[in-house]
Amino acid sequence: MIINRSRYMTQSIAKFLIWMGALSTIAVMILILFQILKEGLPVLHLRFFLDSPKNMGREGGIFSTLIGTMALTGVAIFFGAPLGVGTAVFLREFTRESKISRVIRFGTDCLAGVPSIIFGLFGFVFFVIQLNMGWSILSGGLTLAAMILPTVISTSEESIRAIPPSYREVSYSLGGTKWQTITRVVLPSALPGIFTGILLSIGRSIGETAAVILTAGSSLVMPTSLFSPIRTMSVHFYILAREGISMEMAYGTGAALILLVLMINMMAQWLINRYIRHRT
Amino acid sequence: MSQGSKIVIKDFNFYYGAVQALRNINLPIQPNQIFTIFGPARSGKTTLLKSLNRLTDLIFGTNHTGSIFLDGTDIYDSKVDLTHLRRRIGIVFDLPTPLPMSIFDNIAYGPKLSRTNRRNRLNEIVEKALRSAALWEEVKDRLHGSALRLSGGQQQRLCIARILALEPEVLLLDEPCSGLDPISTTSIEETLFQLKKDYTIILAPHNIQQASRVADRAGFFLNGELVEEGPVYQIFTKPRDKRTEDYVTGKFG
Amino acid sequence: MPVKEKIIEKIFFLIALSSITILALITFFIFEEGLPLILKIGPKAFLLGERWIPSKGSFGIFPMIASSFWVTFGALLLGIPLGLACTIFLAELIPPSIGILLRPAIQLLAAIPSVIYGFWGLIVLVPLIQNYLGGPGLSILAGSLVLSFMILPTIITISEDSLKSLPPSYKAGALALGATHWQTIWRVLIPAARSGIVASIILGMGRAIGETMAMIMILGNAVKMPTSFLDSARTLTTNIGIEMGYASGDHRQALFATGIVLFFIIMGLNTLAIFLSRRSVH
Repeated sequence: MIINRSRYMTQSIAKFLIWMGALSTIAVMILILFQILKEGLPVLHLRFFLDSPKNMGREGGIFSTLIGTMALTGVAIFFGAPLGVGTAVFLREFTRESKISRVIRFGTDCLAGVPSIIFGLFGFVFFVIQLNMGWSILSGGLTLAAMILPTVISTSEESIRAIPPSYREVSYSLGGTKWQTITRVVLPSALPGIFTGILLSIGRSIGETAAVILTAGSSLVMPTSLFSPIRTMSVHFYILAREGISMEMAYGTGAALILLVLMINMMAQWLINRYIRHRT
Repeated sequence: MSQGSKIVIKDFNFYYGAVQALRNINLPIQPNQIFTIFGPARSGKTTLLKSLNRLTDLIFGTNHTGSIFLDGTDIYDSKVDLTHLRRRIGIVFDLPTPLPMSIFDNIAYGPKLSRTNRRNRLNEIVEKALRSAALWEEVKDRLHGSALRLSGGQQQRLCIARILALEPEVLLLDEPCSGLDPISTTSIEETLFQLKKDYTIILAPHNIQQASRVADRAGFFLNGELVEEGPVYQIFTKPRDKRTEDYVTGKFG
Repeated sequence: MPVKEKIIEKIFFLIALSSITILALITFFIFEEGLPLILKIGPKAFLLGERWIPSKGSFGIFPMIASSFWVTFGALLLGIPLGLACTIFLAELIPPSIGILLRPAIQLLAAIPSVIYGFWGLIVLVPLIQNYLGGPGLSILAGSLVLSFMILPTIITISEDSLKSLPPSYKAGALALGATHWQTIWRVLIPAARSGIVASIILGMGRAIGETMAMIMILGNAVKMPTSFLDSARTLTTNIGIEMGYASGDHRQALFATGIVLFFIIMGLNTLAIFLSRRSVH
């Protein structure tokens, strides 16, 4: 037993350090949320959400940035979701491991690692300048669509992969065509997983700043069309904080941003849990 | 070609990549009979059944030679409409495979695919199919409940009803009772007796007792080869081949 | 196969090409905008030049490359041990009561927008550093600390996956031979999941190098060669983020050229990580 004491000692020390690491991660996370919510929550009245920013954002609320955020996210999902789900369907239903599927997977993995500022540069030359869309909801939304594509692809592919092969076999054996099998069996079964991926993408779109500021601009004017420039909540928060316009408003916007992202994330988690329970 | 046969399998070989799963099968199958193909595991029964409605097409890297004729037409002909073929030849798998939808939608899935059926006609089709599969009385009050909540035996009869809703000509059953209790097995076997009046049935039983109970004719498969076939009483009482005899008397398998 | 099916397959194929098409477009446009300037002033002057004075036409980004690596290195210094600790905790030690707290905490770390991190660094870390360690506060140290938490989710999720995909027999075998739980983790499980863990660290590194908004808010943005962790600094990403708003002509091209360098670094890291994680699957 004496011989063994030192290795149990090592084990105790190691486990203690790991506990410390895990606990301090939780602590930092709570600290970040706490500090912003503590100052920001008192600012969050209904008027804060429904009034447009006045005097560069020193007064008023965040209404136009809320609209901007929603419009931009909407455009991103409108273009990104069908492309992502379609890619996943192609990878799972139309091809097996092949040269082309490996190329597509490699491209998707690479795209997932591209930093948002690069997406911003790309969106700026391609959508804003070359396609002459200017700083607009459309330019920003399309840039975000490209950014969220890898997330939608990988979550959709994962949930299509999880569908029992027998579902497809049954559909084909009853005389279903590939299209019928995909639309009536595969996609409905994969829907919760696909929806989770879309929720995560919405969260990412809401929080994105670097790519948005270069493609959608930072105008506080209420948008009137897809070609209007806008300012999202994240961009608004960044400008308020960095230029020191109003700390009170910055805290408020930050708190609203956190609550929004928190809500979306919790919905996604709830879906994942429910979905997994449903499966087993 | 044998006269009056519904299906004729001729010089049929099947390969998964380099592995040969079926060896030179020649077999005529008569209508309105239950033909049972039996043999130990991995003897090629499932492959033969899936080849008959070309579900093997879904597996990558498979190959075949020879032909299978349905009413005199080669089903592997390039002009054959696959969806039409699979509607004429229905298959029930070894494990119940309800789709994750309601009982009604499971049965209506096949008929709806062809778009020729209107809603009121659909109700009729579903009821008739469920009655033929002896499931109607048990589920008529919860047609719109999830099919996943049925018992194993009910699910398997649901799968049979789902095929019947398409009014096929041939019914393929791959060990349909393998996961089921004796009572469910009996009720499925009774269903099969009723069905053979209208259908040609090919059954891979999950044991030879079942083969002898329900079949009219039987074929013994071993390592992808059809060892012999004939009327069921002959195969089980005086088999011509030593290997068949060893298997039916329980020396192996 | 009927014609309709063929058409449907073609459409799905075209959709599936979207991600590589976008990647190709990104590459093309970044190079189209940035390459002429690199060729004009010469790759050496661009990459190794130490002076960045756009008004005078000097575009040397060496201090930014150096700062990017300093910040990233600092982030990994804290991020790797913390990430590994959380991974081991989640995969091996986890008591359920803490588990229901740690897992959502990590998912939240991934979900919090980078501007929030930047703001938190600005109001909490920067004053602390200024008061206790001296210097401007807006510093590489502050940036590294914030980044180390931002890259945690990347490190944890990927390395946890590779730990969990190990066959259970590894653990059972080691325990059966009399190893303690810790020896099993440290000598058997971690080495076996090595390539997945390394891939997760490389991806975390990519995330750190690519981060922009949070860094603009905390690094101080001075263009100079870093000499200490308390120095303020400007990285490749922040250089683009700060000046894109008003740059034009050669200046704008120089920012795209900065993007090219960033793109090369990221693609190198990505390819390495993809290669490693493919290997860990087999």
